[in-house]
Amino acid sequence: MTMPGANQGTGLPPVEETLRNPVRPAFDRPSTEDGVIVSIGPSHPATHGTLQIIAELSGERVVRADVHCGYLHRGFEKECEAHTWHTLIPFVDRLNYCSALMNNFAYCDAVETLMGVEITPRTRYLRTLLAEYSRIADHITCIAASVMEMGAMTAFLYLMTIRDYIYEHLADLTGARVTYSYGRIGGLANDLPEGWIKRLEEILDEYEVYVGRIHGLLDRNRIFIDRTRDVGVLTTEEAIHWGFTGPILRSTGVARDLRKDTPYLAYDELDFEVPVGIKGDNYDRYFVRMREMDESVYMIRQLIEMLPDGPINVDDRRCTFPEKSLVYSEIESLINHFKLVIDGPQVPAGEVYRAHEAANGELGFFLVSDGSGTPYRVHARAPSFVHMGGLHRLLEGYQLADIVSTFGTVNMIGGECDR
Amino acid sequence: MSQGLLERLRERLDGDGREPVFAHGLLAVQLPREALLDTVKLLKDEFGFDMFLDVTAVDWPKREPRFDVVHHFYSTHDHVRVRLKMAVTEADPVVDSLVDHYGSAHFMERECHDMFGIAFRGNADLRPILLYEGFEGHPLRKDYPKELEQPLVRYRE
Repeated sequence: MTMPGANQGTGLPPVEETLRNPVRPAFDRPSTEDGVIVSIGPSHPATHGTLQIIAELSGERVVRADVHCGYLHRGFEKECEAHTWHTLIPFVDRLNYCSALMNNFAYCDAVETLMGVEITPRTRYLRTLLAEYSRIADHITCIAASVMEMGAMTAFLYLMTIRDYIYEHLADLTGARVTYSYGRIGGLANDLPEGWIKRLEEILDEYEVYVGRIHGLLDRNRIFIDRTRDVGVLTTEEAIHWGFTGPILRSTGVARDLRKDTPYLAYDELDFEVPVGIKGDNYDRYFVRMREMDESVYMIRQLIEMLPDGPINVDDRRCTFPEKSLVYSEIESLINHFKLVIDGPQVPAGEVYRAHEAANGELGFFLVSDGSGTPYRVHARAPSFVHMGGLHRLLEGYQLADIVSTFGTVNMIGGECDR
Repeated sequence: MSQGLLERLRERLDGDGREPVFAHGLLAVQLPREALLDTVKLLKDEFGFDMFLDVTAVDWPKREPRFDVVHHFYSTHDHVRVRLKMAVTEADPVVDSLVDHYGSAHFMERECHDMFGIAFRGNADLRPILLYEGFEGHPLRKDYPKELEQPLVRYRE
């Protein structure tokens, strides 16, 4: 039987109706006599993110775990090949939607590298500032969600208060709360509105008050420690073997941070520390994120002092739109505008891989250009996807209830994991 | 960044059909697919590239061989990256798997298999990961139409 609707009017073959199980578990019978196989997710009230874990349990202990992602796959990379280098920026936002600006900047940086464009000093500092600001929002989301799943509702609401200040504040700048589409190849969409920096300083002060309360509520809380200490332990060697980056790798005790190791944007001019954990368990992951937010605040305060005046877009007709008044008054600018909209920025043929330290780890963009205004291939090396490949290492050997807290501190973001 | 290490690596890798060049801050090596495992062993054991970042492919339908399989590696000690690129044909889209060397290869090779139909010799678990069981074709190949739908459940009337 064929399904109505699918491929209608496209000239493509009709779709046969199938009712198959979308996933094939790696194991379908328990390895021991008292083993039970349970399927957790893909929609589970105690996890944020759509992910299925097929686990073999022995009593309450997880013996084996088979992680299935892909429920949010929407063909990001395929869709990019049908857009110009500029018009795919909104898709990039939707990778890690908790810190969309960082995706923007990593993508723009990759395109700019390929084009040989050097961004203006003001944009360089602004992007650094906004990336750190997004990092705070992302870490807050992660911590808030994971502690809420363990029952800490007050901590969740305190953190969400700050996150909402940040979202509203970014909405003043970009016009959107979550997916900003604010980066542009060779610059940014617009400059800071009046009074934005003043409000930023207020929010940072508020942040300190609220995050201080979180430290008070959780750091030495017996219940929180019992749920997180020595749960989901990862060693450094294992973390590197399984490709973990970002806060998870740092929680195992090594200071591996692309902001320090391969400085990009303005990070080599900033003074900051790379917080590390002791043994890579859930508590360390929580604490590393908390400390990283403090470092981000410290960096933002430096950047406010350093922020220079000047233009935000490079003066390069290959990627920057001409001023509207010129578009309406002279033919060259009109053609330039038209070509940029219809054909897109002409990116020289070649390949590039650029990686930024996003909130979750190494966010890399591998771009292939054939010299036209449309990308030939866009590939996002998303940290969450790689982390899911090693997630079973964090789950096996612990209790069923620990899946919730471990999964929370890994901070899987469906948007970038499944693309 | 330690450029000296990359320069030494470039000299070491030159020859045997391998062509290392510097491109946008990393060392890009074009190599025949038979040389993959030896090269990876050299990268990992002698030059300390302990992190396997990524594997993906690029489809060039008009070119023979049709696919480029692209690996990225990172050294967490020296903070440098290497890209390995191999051309494989459509008739025999197989490269060696790196699951014996890097755990992160498991998921990434599955994704590449999903999207391009590249098989990884030695990786026994190439089940669909971002796609689902029964999905036909490989969506990131250039001849897969973007509009083609293969829904598992009926559309709501």
